[in-house]
Amino acid sequence: MIDVYLKKKKNKRYYILIFLLPAIIIYTSFMALPLFNSMIMSFFTGEGLIPNQFCGFENYIKLFTKIPYKERFFNAFWNNVKFFLMVLIIQDFVGLFVSILVTRKFWGNTFFRRITYLPTTLSVLVAGFLFCLILNPIWGLFDKILIGIGLESWVRPWLGDPATALPAISFVTGWQYLGIPILFFTAAIDGIDEEILEAAKIDGAGTWSIIKYIILPLITPVIGIITILTFAGNFTGFDIVYAMTGSMGAPGYVTDILGTLFYRAAFAPKIWGGWGIGMGATVATITFIIIFLGVMFFLFIFNVKE
Amino acid sequence: MFKFKKIFSLAFLYIILINYTIIVIYPIFLMIITAFKGNKEIFLSPYGLPQSWNFNNFVKIFKAQDYATYFRNSILIAVISIFLILVISSLASYVIAKYEFPLRNFLYIYFLAGLMIPIKLGTVNILQIMVKLHLFDNIVSLIIVYIAMGIPIGIFILTDFIREIPEELSNAARIDGCSEPRIFFNIIIPLLRPALAAVAIFNFVPIWNEFWFPLILIQSNSMWTVPLATAQLYGQYQTQYGLVFAILTVASLPVIVFYLILSKQFVKGLSAGALKG
Repeated sequence: MIDVYLKKKKNKRYYILIFLLPAIIIYTSFMALPLFNSMIMSFFTGEGLIPNQFCGFENYIKLFTKIPYKERFFNAFWNNVKFFLMVLIIQDFVGLFVSILVTRKFWGNTFFRRITYLPTTLSVLVAGFLFCLILNPIWGLFDKILIGIGLESWVRPWLGDPATALPAISFVTGWQYLGIPILFFTAAIDGIDEEILEAAKIDGAGTWSIIKYIILPLITPVIGIITILTFAGNFTGFDIVYAMTGSMGAPGYVTDILGTLFYRAAFAPKIWGGWGIGMGATVATITFIIIFLGVMFFLFIFNVKE
Repeated sequence: MFKFKKIFSLAFLYIILINYTIIVIYPIFLMIITAFKGNKEIFLSPYGLPQSWNFNNFVKIFKAQDYATYFRNSILIAVISIFLILVISSLASYVIAKYEFPLRNFLYIYFLAGLMIPIKLGTVNILQIMVKLHLFDNIVSLIIVYIAMGIPIGIFILTDFIREIPEELSNAARIDGCSEPRIFFNIIIPLLRPALAAVAIFNFVPIWNEFWFPLILIQSNSMWTVPLATAQLYGQYQTQYGLVFAILTVASLPVIVFYLILSKQFVKGLSAGALKG
């Protein structure tokens, strides 16, 4: 009897390995290791796909201190910070506002809830191209609407003007991804106990004080999660800029972010801003460190427990 | 007075939400209706419904471009990678959820770390690997990368789900002499269906829309995915608005239809994930 049991147990161990192996192999060799190897690559220099000259921290020194590298890097970094903050404001404020509205009981609220997620399912590329067409000065539906409501002086080439290009891109990203904060916020607000709200109402609390003293404190961790998701998403963002202003971050690099810089540095030919694979890996590694530190920072600020 | 106030605030609520809905929907609506307009009409009456729904723009791009191939590639990629994500992550999740073995927790966290790791930043090495494996410019490379991307979320959802399946079920089967693989395939998998559906839905939209990896790993026209084709053709037809709108519509209709059909499950699955996360 014991023999049979032991045999079974041994058999079980063997299955454990077989069941785990495919996941371990694929995940390790195409996700974990590539990230690690890319970091290693940042210590190498040389032409071609596989740089083979070890150069220590030279790539990093170049990136932070030498023209044109440092110019492009810090420009992309600060643009990314602005991009992130603008998208975050849209996500948190508009998202929270709409969520509070759609979680009230009224006819049609499920319709409104579902609709909010529709743009999020579109490809970023489609959203970007679509708004390019809407904002473009030739067809310019947006400009036509502005003229229609008497704001002629506002009309401008939105994506060609350095002052409005990045805000326009942030708006489109905010527009497209509002579905996510609304989804999270509504789930959190739905989870608030009805009785607490009823009790507050009986005690004479108005809508504002309910939002301020009950809803907001309860959803602070959710705001934290949204902030982290937006942060990680925007600092690896690429598609939206590629679609709307191109991988050079036109006009004059005002819409260049870390994702587009990484793309050009690593994969573009020299005339299009290519810096070689080693420098590209360096940009990727720094981006990874920025994201890691940022996520840690927000986890600390919002005191989110994973 | 009180009632009046209530009606007033309800009206206010509807006005805001209807405006919001217009902002959300109108650009998408505009994209679709414009695809059905002739070039003249696009400029003369840009806002409203087309005078007559004509499919010329679609016919033109389908004739000029090999959309059958792009769709075949995208569908193949989505179906194969989602299927393999389901198989691979349910196998691993079952073991992680139900067996005791060394490094179990470490392994679980190792997989979950993938939820936060932006795989894009490893692209330099992925490109090198794919060139070495002779998979550069081949959709197989995309399938592999998407499986790796999908495993963390798959393991996250499925492990949680399998943990809640009572152990008595498997033990009863064991007493009856059922082997471990048979327990997995005949008992666990049928119970897993809703969770598998959630993982599939979760992965479909990102995989269908993914653009970064095709941009870097694919070159030949015959290997283009729908998003890659959209980007290339958008540049090519930039000034022919009717065609461009048709291209964008063709690229997004599958996900829009998918979402409208499955929106209930979609939102449910996502909110469940949201609450847990």
